[in-house]
Amino acid sequence: MRAPPRPLPSTPPWRDTRVLAVAAQVAVLAVVAVAAWLLVGELLSAMAARGLSFVPGFLDTTAGFEIAETALDYGPTDTYRQALLVGLANTIMVSVVGVALSTILGVLLGIARLSDNWLLSRLTAGYVEIFRNTPLLVQLLVLYFAVFLQLPPVRESLAVGDLAFLNQRGISLPRPLPGLSFGAFAAIVGAASVAAWALWWVARRRKREGRRSPGLRRLALLLLVGAPTVAWISLTEAPIVLELPQLGTFNLRGGMSLSSELAALLVALVLYTSAFIAEIVRGGIQAVPRGQREAALALGLSEGAVLRRVVLPQALRVIVPPLTSQYLNLIKNSSLAIAVGYPDLFNVSTTIANQTGQPVAVIALVMVTYLILSLITAAIMGVVNRRAQLRER
Amino acid sequence: MSASGLILHPAEPPPPAARLGPAGWARQHLFNSRTSGVITVLLVITLAALLAIIASWALTSARWGVVTDNLRLFLIGLYPPAEAWRPWLGLMVVSTLTGFSAGTWGGPLRTTAVWLGAAQLLLAGLMLASPMGPVPAFGMVLGAGVIGAGAMAARRRPPSRRLLRWAWLGSLPLVWLLLGGITDGVVLPPVGTDLWGGLLLTLVLASVSIVLSFPLGVLLALGRRSSLPVVRILCTGFIEVVRGVPLVTIIYLADIMLPLFLPGDVRIDRVIRAIGGLTLFSAAYLAENVRGGLQAIPRGQLEAAHALGLGAIAIHRFIVLPQALRMTIPANVGLFISLLKDTTLVIIVGLLEILGIGRAVLAQPEWLGAQVEVYVFIAVVFFVLCWTISQASYRLEATLGVGRR
Amino acid sequence: MPDPSLEDADPIIHIEDVHKWFGELHVLRGVSLDVAPGEVVVVFGPSGSGKSTLIRTINRLETHQRGRIIVDGIELTDDIRNIAQIRREIGMVFQSFNLFPHLTVLDNVALAPIQVRGWRRERAESDAMDLLRRVGIPEQAQKYPAQLSGGQQQRVAIARALAMQPRIMLFDEPTSALDPEMINEVLEVMRELAASGMTMVCVTHEMGFARAVADRMVFMDEGSIVEIGPPAQIFEAPQEERTRRFLQQIRH
Repeated sequence: MRAPPRPLPSTPPWRDTRVLAVAAQVAVLAVVAVAAWLLVGELLSAMAARGLSFVPGFLDTTAGFEIAETALDYGPTDTYRQALLVGLANTIMVSVVGVALSTILGVLLGIARLSDNWLLSRLTAGYVEIFRNTPLLVQLLVLYFAVFLQLPPVRESLAVGDLAFLNQRGISLPRPLPGLSFGAFAAIVGAASVAAWALWWVARRRKREGRRSPGLRRLALLLLVGAPTVAWISLTEAPIVLELPQLGTFNLRGGMSLSSELAALLVALVLYTSAFIAEIVRGGIQAVPRGQREAALALGLSEGAVLRRVVLPQALRVIVPPLTSQYLNLIKNSSLAIAVGYPDLFNVSTTIANQTGQPVAVIALVMVTYLILSLITAAIMGVVNRRAQLRER
Repeated sequence: MSASGLILHPAEPPPPAARLGPAGWARQHLFNSRTSGVITVLLVITLAALLAIIASWALTSARWGVVTDNLRLFLIGLYPPAEAWRPWLGLMVVSTLTGFSAGTWGGPLRTTAVWLGAAQLLLAGLMLASPMGPVPAFGMVLGAGVIGAGAMAARRRPPSRRLLRWAWLGSLPLVWLLLGGITDGVVLPPVGTDLWGGLLLTLVLASVSIVLSFPLGVLLALGRRSSLPVVRILCTGFIEVVRGVPLVTIIYLADIMLPLFLPGDVRIDRVIRAIGGLTLFSAAYLAENVRGGLQAIPRGQLEAAHALGLGAIAIHRFIVLPQALRMTIPANVGLFISLLKDTTLVIIVGLLEILGIGRAVLAQPEWLGAQVEVYVFIAVVFFVLCWTISQASYRLEATLGVGRR
Repeated sequence: MPDPSLEDADPIIHIEDVHKWFGELHVLRGVSLDVAPGEVVVVFGPSGSGKSTLIRTINRLETHQRGRIIVDGIELTDDIRNIAQIRREIGMVFQSFNLFPHLTVLDNVALAPIQVRGWRRERAESDAMDLLRRVGIPEQAQKYPAQLSGGQQQRVAIARALAMQPRIMLFDEPTSALDPEMINEVLEVMRELAASGMTMVCVTHEMGFARAVADRMVFMDEGSIVEIGPPAQIFEAPQEERTRRFLQQIRH
């Protein structure tokens, strides 16, 4: 419309936004790289000065120490690598059991917190406040010393009939062992399970097409429960035999035992985490609009049905993400096993670190392992989360 | 209701007697259905039994002497008794500031002030029962008094809020100096951090870590949301790694590695190493909290700020960070409470904060077997500390909800 | 009204064959427009026509991939100094006001002059009070945005933009988020601004305002300019079929 505009000025690179962006990143990378190089250099020279050196193969050296409780086979002649695996197995076991139990307890407590019964509601609130406001480590020590170590010594174990014995070393329970007919029994149970699952799957498919099939589901359930029962009764040899713990003069033989350390760790983790889960569940339930419950009641559903079919499924959407955090916390908190001497991954690794003089490598390895455990758990819960959301569509 | 079309209201019958008074309340809240009634009965029985056991233990066979005899250790660890006035002075500084703050801001800070005062009075009582004697007890009473006086003075003539905020910020290095002393100092001879212990060390570890983690955490949060991929990946990586590993491993690693990273002669003491580990841990969690706040700021405000010509620094300083930080105060108070509890983990590296002192006390021959008393005492201390802070935080959340935004 | 003495001077905004893509979507297709100093241009069109995007490219809230934009002689490129200079000369008012909720009205208006132009606080605040008086709400100075009505908030937003003493004001649907009874108070301020000789580019649906105040109207559709002309032409004798159709739609 008017005189032509002035010719295009070139942008000096130090003012060009794109150049600056790239330059900033290069600078950051450079700083981090230089810092890392300097620090690692310091680390290596310091280690050399103290006579430590990084021996890559140290994991394959013989461990030379005992581990008290192992799910896998392990002895002092096994390698450090195997010791770590034992520790890892213990950590995983504690985590899985802990997550399961604390979820159950947490959900029950969360619902109880919202109960009409004033006493139940207030007591649950008190429980939550106490367990959330004291350190887990202190709770663990109180449990260990005030409860489990207060049990009588082995010779005077508390007996539950002939089946179980409680003493300050731990709890001894009967151990199930495969009996003579175990193979046949297992085959029957396996076949029944597959058949039941197949029936259930067919029922689901039909449901998606809009046809109901209660009969199929009931048949599936019947198979699942009935077949093993019938097999058990009819087989002449017992498929599973219980090895009972025998109380000898000095100790208990046989059976399977849950050490006081493990018991204390599990109970502490469960009680602590369930307090947090209770609050999460409570928050989730309260996030469901009140009208939902009222509409369901108006339709004639019982309180229990309202909770199970209307409120909880919707509450789940809000619950799953913070629940995931609590699960991750439980896995990480299991490392407190070191305070009561239970050989979890961290405990074992500190022993190895001391013995081999490779603390940095060992701890780095352990940290990576915990990271992987966290990632796996987060991934699983991510799937759960998505399914909790998808139900809505 | 009468046939002539007039609606007569018959005299209203009184509410059923069974609904009134304590009996009525019980019927409604404790026995309103069969299951509820059963639950109530079961709970009452269990509760009574538990309380009976605990009470009988606490009042008869428990040896509380382990706490009172070692009270000084529990409170300030191995801090030299002759210099014990210095932690006390630090407490007085905090008390004064708390009093002023309660008077100026009110609300949740008033709750904190009340509890701090009550705690000091309680401690005074404990001190009287212990070999520490009446002098420190009097000091505690003075502290409680100072809180009250400060609150009243601030109500009458509110001090500048900015000044008060700076005072709080300055109080931390001041208290550190007070406790640590100056080399060759006369009034404040040096007291090495290896002598700091007990509740004093717990509070120092938690407070210093959270304050130091703030700038780092905010930078990490901003970095995680950066448009530059390198920065974003580095920050995200750091945050996720630190949040994915147990705190004990970080403390352990910090304890071993920090001395290795520095040239041979420079020694960092163990307390500093522990603070380093706790700070890194806290910064990662703080970063996630702040990131939530940053995400909540509508994009339109950033556009308006850009359109006005404000530079990135000004935008963050005046618009983004004030709002984000204010919004995330409740979450960060929760982080502080967690940090307080997590300080117990430093026993892994041999530090003697309150739990560590507990274990050391238990190693004394005359107190063998008194584990339950010691650990219950420590649990109670933490409960009082954490519970009051969380109560203040609930009130804070309530006021923030109504406030400006 | 455009300043007659500058009739043959350079346009204060020169947009030349500007293209913009959002990923695969071609949102601006070769738009060219010149705005003279003191001119009031109203841009209108159906949603998705690219009108908001266009004015947001003028102060670099959006980038353009092809073509040139020159504001007051400064070319808009990746040069951060140019961008900063241009933003100082342009004030923008948004549909959702975008006031800073944690600052008082006065602080909202005074913030940028202090931080960007380096004014002293007293000068910035007194200037801010003048502007608040100009838009009619001096008594709200110490209140927070949440305590004001929508119309008042938008007027504060206008004052905030004016505080930087821009040469150009951009309005992106300033009244679309307002309840009907408050639209007028904002249009009043905009009318006064136009009369005072400010260069304005407004994206709006308020045809009454356009007819009364605009020097030229620009109809955009699907990323290009369909028709430009004075209000008389647009309303009485639109040249393009699409223009006519759109005007019919919004009249009913």
